[in-house]
Amino acid sequence: MQNIWTIAKREYKHYFISPIAYALAAGVLFMLGVAFAFLLGQSTQMALYGGGSAPDLTQLNGFFAFLLVFIVPALTMRLVADETRMGTIELILTSPISDFELVAGKWLGGLLFVATLIGITLIYPITLNFMVDPGVDYRVLLTSYLGLIFIAASFLALGTGISALFSNQLAAFLVTFVVVLTLWWLVGLPAELMPKAGAFLRYLEVNSHYAFTFNAGSIHLSDIVYFLSLIAVGIFTGAMALESRRWR
Amino acid sequence: MIQVNELTKDYGSRRALHELTFEAQQGEIVGFLGPNGAGKTTTMRILTGYMAPTSGEARVAGYDVIKESLEVRRRIGYLPETVPLYTEMVVFDYLKFMADLRHIPNADERVEETLEMVGMLDRSEGYIGNLSKGMRQRIGLAQALLHRPEVLILDEPTIGLDPSQVVDVRNVIREVGKERTVLLSTHILSEAQQLCDRVLIINKGKIVVEDTPQNLQARLVGAEHVVVRVRGDNDGLVEKIRKVKGVQNAHALPDGAVEYQFMPAQDVRPEVAKAVIQSGYDLLEMHAVKMSLEDIFLEVTREDTERKKK
Repeated sequence: MQNIWTIAKREYKHYFISPIAYALAAGVLFMLGVAFAFLLGQSTQMALYGGGSAPDLTQLNGFFAFLLVFIVPALTMRLVADETRMGTIELILTSPISDFELVAGKWLGGLLFVATLIGITLIYPITLNFMVDPGVDYRVLLTSYLGLIFIAASFLALGTGISALFSNQLAAFLVTFVVVLTLWWLVGLPAELMPKAGAFLRYLEVNSHYAFTFNAGSIHLSDIVYFLSLIAVGIFTGAMALESRRWR
Repeated sequence: MIQVNELTKDYGSRRALHELTFEAQQGEIVGFLGPNGAGKTTTMRILTGYMAPTSGEARVAGYDVIKESLEVRRRIGYLPETVPLYTEMVVFDYLKFMADLRHIPNADERVEETLEMVGMLDRSEGYIGNLSKGMRQRIGLAQALLHRPEVLILDEPTIGLDPSQVVDVRNVIREVGKERTVLLSTHILSEAQQLCDRVLIINKGKIVVEDTPQNLQARLVGAEHVVVRVRGDNDGLVEKIRKVKGVQNAHALPDGAVEYQFMPAQDVRPEVAKAVIQSGYDLLEMHAVKMSLEDIFLEVTREDTERKKK
């Protein structure tokens, strides 16, 4: 555990000296800010005509989840691939930590960074709480945020695992992007055409475990199992990739 | 401390190590000598758990490098040839990070002590990326010494250093080598001669010679080499010397002196001296040259290739 934490701390700090991470954070926060302003404006306009309701912030989190498809590959691409390219992997792999600890630590570092971004977006419900009466429904938001963390954790684990397969960041980015996009959206497309396999394909779809459950205020064990499996697959892939490197 | 038994490593179809077998005791500094691509780095990478061998076994401090890799890694300090460091980190933070990975108590103090050992304490707040090659080399060495390991594995530890730094680093190695086992690779033969208790010459994945530097010299010096120097012109000197019975391989050196060899059983030096003086040359000096490790090394690796050709 201590080793995972040591690795995670270093990775987390690294994001704050990395221009890519700043650019991504700025981009995401800008887009979410615009979306928040739009939701506010819409509700205000509706209220002027005597109807409507308070802005629904779960829409904002749904948008954030979609943005993760783009930012996670960029955040994870260098995690292991860059160490392979620079050769620094040699000193890490010869220090007394297991391959699992290394991959898990890198994943946790990425998760802490995304969690920081998610933390910053808490500013929206807090400001909204002052503007509406009787305040926001924090119970729905709580599960919505929890689901968002699960999605981020799953994507980051897959990205970290894929990064361990490559010594080239761009390759790691592209493969992670394709995998994550497939899970988000592509896998659901043929589901309509195949009645038998369709149910399984739809189960693989990330949004089917978020949009109508976590993001609608309900927590299901099956969804948690789904996300934990993705995390396990990602970290296992990474550990296996490192292990296989020794035998080459 | 280190036991290597019939270690073989294949990279695809190329055999990098061929049933390599050797041992290193505690408190011993063992030099690993060989041309590029001889298998030095591969052996070190196997010992440090970075790579697995194709066959054979290796033990460090009694632990198997594959089955008990973590135990081995806890006891080894390793300086890879390329000295891979995180260039975006501050020296102190980097060493603290490595110390934390090794669960060193009072890591801050230990990092400072180690920086002091390698003479880099004044740079602890600087970025690694701004350091010169020699300084990075010393940070790499500090990283290997942090946990005061039982076994130190240093791949070309003095490469890229300026002469005074080389002396400093050698002193550090000599100091830590007193109670630890050090395996260092080098292609600077004088370094092996100065530092090592024992030298392993490795070529094409096999150990071709294993001995102390002193013994190696004694053992491999077949013929005595002598250099003769005269005042002024040396025209015809080579021919004169060549005529003396028992002289072998007389030839002019670029600086005007003449070198010849003779077998120890038949000391022809007085005869050569007489011949030189009687021929009217002013003899300035005549001295025996010791064969350096360099020559031994060339001889051994050449013999090995020639034997293969036959």
